[in-house]
Formats: sequence, C-alpha cells, structure tokens
Amino acid sequence: MDQFVINLLFVGASFALYIGIAIWARAGSTSEFYAAGRGVHPVTNGMATAADWMSAASFISMAGLIAFTGYDNSSFLMGWTGGYVLLALLLAPYLRKFGKYTVSEFIGDRFYSSTARMVAVICLIVASTTYVIGQMTGVGVAFGRFLEVSNTAGLLIGACVVFAYAVFGGMKGVTYTQVAQYCVLILAYTIPAIFISLQLTGNPIPALGLFGDHVASGEPLLAKLDQIVTELGFAEYTAHHADTLNMVLFTLSLMIGTAGLPHVIMRFFTVPKVSDARWSAGWTLVFIALLYLTAPAVGAMARMNITELMWPEGTNSQAVSVEQIENDPAYEWMATWQKTGLLGWEDKNGDGRIQYYNDASDEMQAKAAEEGWEGNELTNFNRDILVLANPEIANLPSWVIGLVAAGGLAAALSTAAGLLLAISSAVSHDLIKGQFNPNISEKGELLSARIAMAVAIAVATYLGLNPPGFAAQTVALAFGLAAASIFPALMMGIFTKVNNKGAVAGMLAGLIVTLVYIFLHKGWFFIPDTNTFSDADPLLGTIKSTSFGAIGAMINFAVAFLVSKSTDPIPQEIEELVESVRVPRGAAAATADH
Amino acid sequence: MSEKSSDNAYWSANLRLILGSLIIWAIVSFGFGILLRPMLSGIAVGGSDLGFWFAQQGSILVFLCLIFFYAWRMNKLDAEYGVGEE
Repeated sequence: MDQFVINLLFVGASFALYIGIAIWARAGSTSEFYAAGRGVHPVTNGMATAADWMSAASFISMAGLIAFTGYDNSSFLMGWTGGYVLLALLLAPYLRKFGKYTVSEFIGDRFYSSTARMVAVICLIVASTTYVIGQMTGVGVAFGRFLEVSNTAGLLIGACVVFAYAVFGGMKGVTYTQVAQYCVLILAYTIPAIFISLQLTGNPIPALGLFGDHVASGEPLLAKLDQIVTELGFAEYTAHHADTLNMVLFTLSLMIGTAGLPHVIMRFFTVPKVSDARWSAGWTLVFIALLYLTAPAVGAMARMNITELMWPEGTNSQAVSVEQIENDPAYEWMATWQKTGLLGWEDKNGDGRIQYYNDASDEMQAKAAEEGWEGNELTNFNRDILVLANPEIANLPSWVIGLVAAGGLAAALSTAAGLLLAISSAVSHDLIKGQFNPNISEKGELLSARIAMAVAIAVATYLGLNPPGFAAQTVALAFGLAAASIFPALMMGIFTKVNNKGAVAGMLAGLIVTLVYIFLHKGWFFIPDTNTFSDADPLLGTIKSTSFGAIGAMINFAVAFLVSKSTDPIPQEIEELVESVRVPRGAAAATADH
Repeated sequence: MSEKSSDNAYWSANLRLILGSLIIWAIVSFGFGILLRPMLSGIAVGGSDLGFWFAQQGSILVFLCLIFFYAWRMNKLDAEYGVGEE
C-alpha cells in the first residue's frame, strides 16, 4: 500500500477517536466545562496533563535539536522536567486548596485587587496566545507533510479539528481526548526508538541503549558517535561547549516557565483532593519522563544513522554517491523530504558524491583542499524534520511511519486545545464575569467561553499563516513571559505576605523588562530587522533572549518585595486566607462565584 | 496544642522538606548536570561520564523520586498534625 494512504489511515483513525471521545464527554455545566466536575483521577489527570504539556516542541523538535548539538542542548531535558518539581512543591497543592477555577482568580483574591487580577489575565492571554501560535505553525507543517497538501491547507484543516473538540468538549472532553492522545503520542515516539535501539545497540530500551555498546563496532555508542562526528570536523557530541552562565539561565527559565504556564497549572484544579494534587504532579512527570528519557537516545541514534548513511564506508573512505541517493531504497526519505524544502544537497565539486562535513572547521578545510571538496554538500537539514523522518531514515516498516505522523499531530493538537481552554476561561470567567458583567448567567458564561475560544483559534490560525517568527522563538517568548510574570506572583502569594501593590508592580516589572529584552533581540513584535541586538551578540554579556525569563523572574521578586515593604501591610482577612491555603484542612469543591 | 500553633509547626515542617528537596533538585541538575560536571568526569558511564548522564537522564529520574517522596511525606504530615482533608 502507498505510504500516503497508510498515513491517511493512521491520522484519520486517531482523529475519529479524539472527536468521538469529545462528543461522548460533552460538557453540560460551567463547572464541567472548566474543571470536569473535579471527578478526574490523579493518574488520568497526569496522563492528560502530559499530553497537554508535550507539544510539537517536545515531540517534533527537541530530539532534532539534541541530535545536532549534543550535550549543550540538555537544557531542554532538564528544564522541561525540572519545572514539575517546582509545580508539585510550591504551587499545585495550595492552588487546589484555594478552590477556584483559574490562576488569575487566585491572584485577584490573594492580592485583594482587581488590578492584580487584570494584570494576571493579560499575562496569561499574552503567554498562551504566543504559545498557541507556535503550535498552529507546527500543526500546519505536519498536516502539510503527511496529507501532502500545502502548509496553508494543512493549517486550516488542523484549526477545524482543534475547534471541534475544544469548543464542544470543554475540559472534560479535552481531558479524555488527551488521554487518548497521550497513548497515540507515546507509542508513536517509543516504537520507532525501540526498533532503532535494537538495530544499533541490541538493547530494546532506547534509554539504556544510549549508554550501551554499538553492535557494529563493539565500542560504546557515545564514544563511537564522538569519534565519527569529530572526524568530520563537528564538535564532540558529549562535550560541553556552550556558555555556562547562559546554559544555567536557559535551564532555569524553562523550569520556571513550566511552573508558570496557565494551561498546566489549571490541570491541578481538576483533581478531587489536595493530596491528589501532589500525586498528580508526580504522575504527570512519570508520563512525560517516558518520552524525555527516550528523546536523548532518539537524538544520538539519529545522528549516528545520518552520518553513517552519508559515509556508508566510514568517515575515512568515500562519501555516498549521488547515484546511490537517487536509486537506493534506503535513501528514498531524502527525496521525499527534499520536496518539502526542509532537506537539500548539492554536488558542489561535481565529483558525483555528496560530502557531509563541517566546512567551518580549519582542519576540515585543509582536508577539503587536499581532497578537492568545495564545501559541505548536505546543504540543508532542518532540525524539525528529524523525528518525523527518523523511521524512514532507519528504514522501518511503513505502519511505523504512519504512526509517527499521527503522534506528531496529536502532540501539536492537544497542546493547542489546552491553551485555547486557558485563554477562553481567562476571557469569559475573569474578564467578562469577574470584571464587566458579574450577573451573567451560567449559559451566557459558557457561550462567551466558546466565542472566546473560536476567536482565539481564528487569531492563532491567522498568525500561524503569517508567523511572527520561527515556532521556537514564539515558544521561547511564551516561556519567558510565564516565568517572569505568573510564577513569582503565585509563589509570593502562598509563601510570603507581599501586598497588592507589591504584586502588581512585580508582575508589571517582570513582564515589561522581559518583553523589551526579547523584542530588542528578536525585533519589535517580531517584525524582522527591527532588532537592535542579536542572540549571537546579546545586550547583557552572554545572556540570550531565550534565557532572560529567569532574570525577569528575579526582577519581579525584587520589585515586589521593595514595593511591599514601603507600603501598607496586608489586611487581617488576607492574612487568614494565606494561612488557610497553607493547610489542606477544609478543602472544598471550587465555587464559580465569589 | 492549639490549632494555630499546630498549623505553624506543620508549616515549618513543610518548609524544611521543601528546602531539602529543592537543594537536591538544584544539585542534580545545575550541579551534577552542568557546573560540577568537570568534577565527575572521571566516572565513566557507557561511553561518556556521569555528568552527561545526569544532564540527559539522571536528573529526570531524581526529579521523579523527589515529587513522589514529597507527596508521600506530606500526606503523612497531614495526618500527623491533624490538618488533613477528612
């Protein structure tokens, strides 16, 4: 059967499953729409949160970034998992005890200020929208590739699917849909990895295979990989080359950003008890770790396979011939991906072979002069295609390729749906009900939530068609904003007695400074060529704009403490509120009114 | 013991637990994974060193243990100090 038909079958069957579940679990009341009536078991909740959290960035992009950089990109692995420790210890149980639906409600009540609530809502909407734009871009690319339609058509089809289950399902529909998505996503990620690990190391567990021996050479896999990449002039895979300060700040920003993202925090409102909120964070990380422990193996093994395909007789022998790339079935994936424009090669010196090496290395330039090479001939290898192309690179059966297609789409769609839910509740619950029309009926609130969701999808789809930058830049902004604005406010609300003025000043300072720093490096509102600095030569030492969220968070804390110290202390009833949040006793089901 | 002073004792026990857990959290990731990696370079793990393992897998496993340990410990503390939900 044709690969295209197989892809369609897998993608179609998985979508039928998600939409079927969304219809089956349609939300009836406001409380079900937001929080699934709090009837979600911690393990189920953990699985859904994992699907929600692992987006196109984790599934499609991360292993590719690790494959081509090695150790230096470990920040993604530590950052995107370490945030759950902060979430479990510092936020989840207390926010569940507080017993309201949204993050901004907590900030508004704790800091007894509708201004604080407004500022929080703005931070949430900005962070979630920028994140969802990145997801919609990913949805477009993945649909375009697997349905063999244009990027625009792929994006529009994806937007309709997200709309269908997010708008009609609400949280309950999304929760069970996301459990199904998690299953598809994790199978799609691990099955090809198991095949590849068996081929290369003989170990069926990729995470262990990474540290095992390479069957073909008998040497440890990582040592062999270090050897062959350095022979081609590339940096040693396992060595530390990155600037240490920037690496630490980048890891910290990803961690704090994880604990400050509203669609992840909201998940912990949906468990029945405070003690369940603690377990739920752990279960979430279990399900995330299954992918994150596999990802570094996927990256290293793919790098190994690609290098060996380009140098089939070893790095000291002849490179692969153009004839072989065009005719050998093992190289068919190269032609397939060349069509997307994300992979390219060119026989610059006309010797009928494609030499893949690092032409920026002095040593290789000397060797190239000797051999008559005229530069690296694998001219384009987009990092984001690595995971999707991986089963084809390793020559796996076509059903595995179809499964990976379905998994990549599940990852992008589930995160987009969760973010849209966070945006819609911020608009309908916090803006409309909390601010403009407190007497709105339950029906009216539900309707406005759905309208907000539809508008958010329309905006994200439009910006996804004309993205403000690469998806990775957009996602970095979302993380930086969440880290610099939301996380410090929540933490100070629980652990300190900072007052209303302190919180508002802190959030605004963190948000604005981070936003300005990112815009200075990436262009104002991401308009190209409006940037004053670049990440290659940042404003502050070696600190790139993607790492600035951690600094923004520190500014937030410092400003909040200073302002709070010089203004009135918090009133008695807020002091009592803080104390009641700290103990689980008397936790009740959330109320929509306050 | 009055409810107020029992709550305060519960809260300080919680803070001590959080502090200890976060120290381990920082040591395995920022420590072993990045800053202290040169110190661990002598310990070989499958073709690389212990610091590389912590950066790519070890820290994630420790994070998991930390969260489950904290949940287990806190649920016990809830009962000990009589601040549980039941």
